[in-house]
Amino acid sequence: MADLRSEFVGIKSPNPFWLASAPPTDKAYNVTRAFEQGWGGVVWKTLGLDPTIVNVNGPRYGALHGSDRRLLGFNNIELITDRPLQVNLDEIKAVKRAWPDRALVVSLMVPCEEACWSEILRQVEDTGADGVELNFGCPHGMSERGMGSAVGQVPDYIEMVARWCKQATRMPVIVKLTPNITDIRYPARAAKRGGADAVSLINTVSSIIAVDLDRMAPVPTVDGKGSHGGYCGPAVKPIALNMVAEIARDPETAGLPISGIGGITVWRDAAEFMALGAANVQVCTAAMAYGFKIVKEMIAGLELWLDEKGLERPAQIVGRAVPNVTDWQYLNLNYIAKARIDQSLCIQCGRCHIACEDTSHQAITAMKDGKRHFEVIDAECVGCNLCVSVCPVEDCITMAALPAGALDARTGQIVQPDYANWTTHPNNPQRVAAE
Amino acid sequence: MSAVAKADRIAAGRLEPMAYAGNFADLHPPLSRHEAVVEAERCYFCYDAPCMTACPTAIDIPLFIRQIAGGQPVAAARTIFDQNILGGMCARVCPTETLCEQACVREAAEGKPVRIGLLQRHATDAQMATGRQPYQRAAASGRQVAVVGAGPAGLACAHRLALLGHAVTIFEARPKPGGLNEYGIAAYKTVDDFAAREVAFILGIGGITIETGRALGEGLDLAELRQRFDAVFLGVGLGAVNGLAIPGEDLAGVQDAVDYIAQLRQAENLASLPVGRQVVVIGGGMTAIDVAVQAKLLGAETVTLVYRRGPAEMNASRYEQELAQTKGVLIRHWARPARLVGEAGAVKAALFERTRLEAGQLTGTGETFELSADMVFKAVGQRFAAPALDGVALAHGRIAVDGERRTSLAGVWAGGDCVAGGQDLTVVAVEDGKRAAMSIHHQLQR
Repeated sequence: MADLRSEFVGIKSPNPFWLASAPPTDKAYNVTRAFEQGWGGVVWKTLGLDPTIVNVNGPRYGALHGSDRRLLGFNNIELITDRPLQVNLDEIKAVKRAWPDRALVVSLMVPCEEACWSEILRQVEDTGADGVELNFGCPHGMSERGMGSAVGQVPDYIEMVARWCKQATRMPVIVKLTPNITDIRYPARAAKRGGADAVSLINTVSSIIAVDLDRMAPVPTVDGKGSHGGYCGPAVKPIALNMVAEIARDPETAGLPISGIGGITVWRDAAEFMALGAANVQVCTAAMAYGFKIVKEMIAGLELWLDEKGLERPAQIVGRAVPNVTDWQYLNLNYIAKARIDQSLCIQCGRCHIACEDTSHQAITAMKDGKRHFEVIDAECVGCNLCVSVCPVEDCITMAALPAGALDARTGQIVQPDYANWTTHPNNPQRVAAE
Repeated sequence: MSAVAKADRIAAGRLEPMAYAGNFADLHPPLSRHEAVVEAERCYFCYDAPCMTACPTAIDIPLFIRQIAGGQPVAAARTIFDQNILGGMCARVCPTETLCEQACVREAAEGKPVRIGLLQRHATDAQMATGRQPYQRAAASGRQVAVVGAGPAGLACAHRLALLGHAVTIFEARPKPGGLNEYGIAAYKTVDDFAAREVAFILGIGGITIETGRALGEGLDLAELRQRFDAVFLGVGLGAVNGLAIPGEDLAGVQDAVDYIAQLRQAENLASLPVGRQVVVIGGGMTAIDVAVQAKLLGAETVTLVYRRGPAEMNASRYEQELAQTKGVLIRHWARPARLVGEAGAVKAALFERTRLEAGQLTGTGETFELSADMVFKAVGQRFAAPALDGVALAHGRIAVDGERRTSLAGVWAGGDCVAGGQDLTVVAVEDGKRAAMSIHHQLQR
């Protein structure tokens, strides 16, 4: 049986599944319930300075639903903890004492003044917590006060605060990044320059999740008005995966530990983040949608999958997919794929045909010999994968690579065995001479 | 305990008074809003959708389902009514399991089609609940059309003609409009007086008047109608039932199923409707199933449906057969009636001869069995009882029509069960009426 024990910047936990800093980790009561279900660690909901912030007293959340009201995307306008600092510190200390084998990291957000950071770090250190996470991510509310993503959007500030913190504490410092930037590598590099032990990402994406067409106001609506919130849940996973990969493959930050966050719901999501370089993962929305028990599926699922792969530790998969993340210009233009429809699985819905016919390459028939029949026309198929994406039957349509030497009916060219990319392509004005 | 004496062979009030409402409640309760949205989201929005091809009225099913998923069942209803103004009744009585839902690709994929019938009901109910008319008539054309028969074909024809600006007079033989929707069809398929409410909805467009108690050949003359009106549509239904042609058919307790169903549909109080203790139904179509199930629901102790061929040959769908069996009806195949046995003028048993196929021909084996019966329903099909038709040509015993539903007589169209080549389905009758209306409209515009 695979051993899920995890170590992240020196912090040990029985598994790599942590709860992210968020409502589920605001109180000892919740955190204790999470540990009882098996969560490997938590990042305590962000602490700030007293007097405590206040939250709106109307709705804080909005949802994007899929079929049967399945929660696909989630949006919040909640701020950091609204409980007094000392209450949180006391509870952190008690929980860490009661659960010494679990990771307990404390998220922090205070104004950009060195004294503020050094003072709160001293207080957190006294609790026996394992580490701190600097919240440079929240895109709403706190950012209007010069904190959260307002810091995370300025690499110089990230570097400055990270440096202050590393100087003020012996605890590991994780910098939590906002995705609300143009290029995630810059804030990650800044965190590393500042001495941060790791980065965690992504925090939530600035969003308006819906408009109430009766009130003509954004959702959630507080007395007729709405404010942008932070978007999370399964819908943001693709954004998060890309950002994790960007940092993992950036030579300047290569090797910097990453805690992956963003829409992780089942074990496979976690494994994907790890494959792209995350050493562990943090979860929030899935727990808020289903409760803490979901971690049991994640633990059992990751164990089983590692066993099936003949692997013993999650660390063995961390970053395994990173070498295969490349820039578009290096993709092999001699790789030719065509869609193939398995007629024995086809249920005749015609979605592949109409998608291709209306919006792409007119490469799938609707009729053959007077009968409803969907078949790929190789002479038109560019191998785009749209039909695979819209087909409701798994594996009914697949992409098959043409072997070298075969004729591509679309171009009339023979498939070449060698690798050739855009950098040397004759149509590229900036091409380099093939060596 | 009810007042029925156990010995009474045919008696009313076999059930506790409270039991009737439960027995005759909606066969398929409507979907809640959330159920409807979840079901709608199962639809794949197929290209050139097979369900749509399977619908005799060609309702754009994927589109209306998408409109339900989009939270607008009233818009969905408009999509349905554009093709089938009796979409509400069709949602209740269509054999969807052999039409749209059989064609649904999810039936092929997983044996669980999208429940199109229930979704159609959700949409049409939503429209009717608004109390508003979705349609506005075109400017008056000054043309007058006579429609004979206020069944599904006649109503569909009249509505489309009214929509196009023509003035329509419907002549209906019975006291109420609706045809088989009002007088046929099992009660549990159209609860809460739906047939009458649907007629009111259809007439709500305006421009349609109904004269009831007016039957062709009984003071109503086709030649005269042709003179008085610019066009005539015949949607007169079948009108006659087949007999068994066996001894004992005239015994008391032997009844035509269609008459009994009509009585049941018109009964103020189901507890007042007499039903036998041992009921035998002869036939294999929807009427046979409807009468058998309803006899059971009225409190008959045993109901046995006997059909001369096998389950695959029954006109009632497999689904309807299973419904009957679930309700406690025993179905016996491969036997035909030989004689009805009487005692003191009343039926007491039915004698059947077993049958088999020999070289494709149904033949009796000579082997017989007897079923005790105090009530026997004849449901061996209906036939067209040609009223005074002024020389309209027939084909296969029914009115011959072309693709536009024109008869051999100029200015006379026909549709529904009275025309040749139909399937005796409500939805087909609606299509006939609609097509005839469009043909009449084009004719009148010349």
